[in-house]
Amino acid sequence: MTSLLKVFDVAASAMTAQAQRLNVVASNLANADSATGPDGKAYKARQVIFSTQAMGGAENSGVRVSGVVDDPSPMKRLYQPNHPMADETGYVTMPNVSVVEEMVNMISASRAYQNNVEAINTTKTLLAKTLTIGQ
Amino acid sequence: MNKLDELLNFNHQALNLRAYRQQVLASNIANGDTPGYKARDIDFKSALAAATAQPTAAGDPSATASQKNAAAADPDLLFRNVLQPSIDGNTVDMDVERAQFAENTVHYESNIAALTHHIRMMLAAIQG
Repeated sequence: MTSLLKVFDVAASAMTAQAQRLNVVASNLANADSATGPDGKAYKARQVIFSTQAMGGAENSGVRVSGVVDDPSPMKRLYQPNHPMADETGYVTMPNVSVVEEMVNMISASRAYQNNVEAINTTKTLLAKTLTIGQ
Repeated sequence: MNKLDELLNFNHQALNLRAYRQQVLASNIANGDTPGYKARDIDFKSALAAATAQPTAAGDPSATASQKNAAAADPDLLFRNVLQPSIDGNTVDMDVERAQFAENTVHYESNIAALTHHIRMMLAAIQG
């Protein structure tokens, strides 16, 4: 009984991690065309790193976001001589956000989130059934 | 072990193992996107055989709690053989995990039904 309750913790940790991934995807998509930021440089795409988190016992492993790192792919270079951010050769440095990859990331995160909601709902039903033993 | 314990012990052990397996499968589903995570599972048949083959401490009302815990040791966690491992080292196949999760749920519920049936049977025997 108490052991089944751990499923809630595990699934909730995964949902938190996936929600953070969705947040990062939203930032990346929103800034796909931000040629400049607070530091005067173009926005760099970010990615979350998931890692396993022990939650008591070998059978319970949750998820946590161990870090949010800058995407190492090269920045995009656009030839726009009239752009105010253009350098002396006429090129503008644009964010390295791949919109297609971010959309895929978004769908994957949303499906993973739904999977964990399903796990919680199923376990909730089981716990309710457990309480009816002997009735 | 008295007759009542004997009757309920099998379903009790099976239900415990089902709950344990539910946690393992939920962890697999939670870690579906974690790089390097290896999907785990238990061999239910051998785990149940091991759990019910201890007639001494597990069902003995005179045994202390620590003796009972020692008898009901956690089953061996195995690694799942995977058909399509991904390049980041993750071996969670979400189709397999979801199917096993659903299967385990049905078995848990049927165990509860059986347990309830046994309790009703005993009540009928007691009350006449």
